[in-house]
Amino acid sequence: MSETLASIPLLSPFIEFSFMRRALAGCLALSLGATPVGVFLMLRRMSLAGDAMSHAILPGAAIGYLIAGLSLPAMTIGGLIAGLAVAVLSGGVARNSVIKEDTSLATFYLISLSAGVLIISLRGSSVDLLHVLFGSVLALDDAALLLLAGFASLSVLVLALGLRLFVLEGCDPAFLARISRLGPVAHYGFMVLLVLNLVAGFHALGTLMAVGIMILPAAAARLWVCNVGPLLLIAVCVALLGSVIGLLLSYYADLPAGPAIVLTLGGLYLLSLLVAPLGPLASRWRSGWHFER
Amino acid sequence: MPENTSNPSPKLPPILRFDNLTLGYDRHPAVHHLHGEIAAGSLLAIVGPNGAGKSTLLKGIAGELRPLQGRIHLQGVQRQQIAYLTQLTTLDSSFPMVVHDFVAMGLWREIGAFGGLDRARRQRIAAAIDLVGLNGLERRPIGALSGGQLQRAHFARVLLQDAPLLLLDEPYGAIDAASVRDLAALVRHWHGEGRTVIAVLHDLEHVRQEYPETLLLAREIVARGATATVLSDANLLRARRLAEGRSDDAHAPICHADQDAG
Repeated sequence: MSETLASIPLLSPFIEFSFMRRALAGCLALSLGATPVGVFLMLRRMSLAGDAMSHAILPGAAIGYLIAGLSLPAMTIGGLIAGLAVAVLSGGVARNSVIKEDTSLATFYLISLSAGVLIISLRGSSVDLLHVLFGSVLALDDAALLLLAGFASLSVLVLALGLRLFVLEGCDPAFLARISRLGPVAHYGFMVLLVLNLVAGFHALGTLMAVGIMILPAAAARLWVCNVGPLLLIAVCVALLGSVIGLLLSYYADLPAGPAIVLTLGGLYLLSLLVAPLGPLASRWRSGWHFER
Repeated sequence: MPENTSNPSPKLPPILRFDNLTLGYDRHPAVHHLHGEIAAGSLLAIVGPNGAGKSTLLKGIAGELRPLQGRIHLQGVQRQQIAYLTQLTTLDSSFPMVVHDFVAMGLWREIGAFGGLDRARRQRIAAAIDLVGLNGLERRPIGALSGGQLQRAHFARVLLQDAPLLLLDEPYGAIDAASVRDLAALVRHWHGEGRTVIAVLHDLEHVRQEYPETLLLAREIVARGATATVLSDANLLRARRLAEGRSDDAHAPICHADQDAG
């Protein structure tokens, strides 16, 4: 049975090589965990903030690395602490001073990023730096896979439970503040989710690419539907599709896997721009079309 | 203390009481030293020139602005039971959400973050959408609504909030006459149900037609009472002068009180 399946070129790499299966499982976890968070990042107009946060986790991971080398738990805990610190500090400054949220985040992430690069350069090779920046999706060991799957499960659970809260916080935060005391819970809860998923993504795709699997599928899906539920579903599907195609491309064309996956997601986004009903071209072609059902 | 705060003895107990209330931003008072009560079930218009502190007062009542001095006493109603429709909506209308879901948010106090929408609640949502004249548009994204339609959706959401006290800040800002007529009918309906409605309005003709009681504000209470009496030319002129800071009695003791306190 597996021999017949192995003869299908699209399946054979995953059947023959365990590192491909591991990479696929890792991407599956990221698609289920990180991509929905990316959808909310996009809806809250925080796409670039996600990018900034992904850099903010660097010094924590670097300190973990400095203490324990390329150790998964040390770098994870360090990354979580650094990410949460930046989220809380920048949110606190934005809420309690004249500094706006984007500036506040930018200031802290720049401090964080430069500290991270400095720390890594104190003790480390360029190979280590490459690992941190670009991840190692083709070298996920059991511990890393468990971490990715654990974070993804937690993320799916929290998003499912708090979906209504996150939606309301995204579309009308002042209304939420009026009718409920859960506004800050939603805000900081979301930042915790973001940091969790960025740290997970950082192990697989690196700090530079982790946001790719969040924002690109979200943006592509947004061009297809205008309701949150379907948006989440489609984004996850896009992320999965992009992961599989990206991994196969990297296998057959001998390309680095992380960039191949993110580029494929970018390709799916560009394709959506061309053909999706809410893309710039389709709305022009179908001028009579205006959301009528 | 302002003199003309005479309130025709309310038949119903007050839902709101201002006690030497001063509200403002960054220690700059926008309205100061308000005294008075608002009876439960009132249909009250707040009018006054720009900068008179009307929106600030609503914000204070809604509990979103801490008084610089004095107090607002809410009686028989909790802050979170207040429905507050702000002038500048904070809604992100590009958010992918359809009218039905938007209106359904009005049920939050009942269903919270986890409760379900049972058949009865779905019917209430449908009825609210129907009542504001948006039937047929339930599945339309809020971003595809016109200004008037979006304001109707806001009213439907307020409707579901089932609030005993409603604060409307310039609710007819940028909408056409037909929408104003429909939404004003809804406000009358709320008043008929015994709810307290306090609305900041600019259209004095509309206030004369729809609101039995008016509070004329110009950083302090200029006049308060029956609309026809309050909206006299003399009062309006005085309000304008006060708001521009050119009043003859601008050196009222209140400002000295502020300086003493500061």
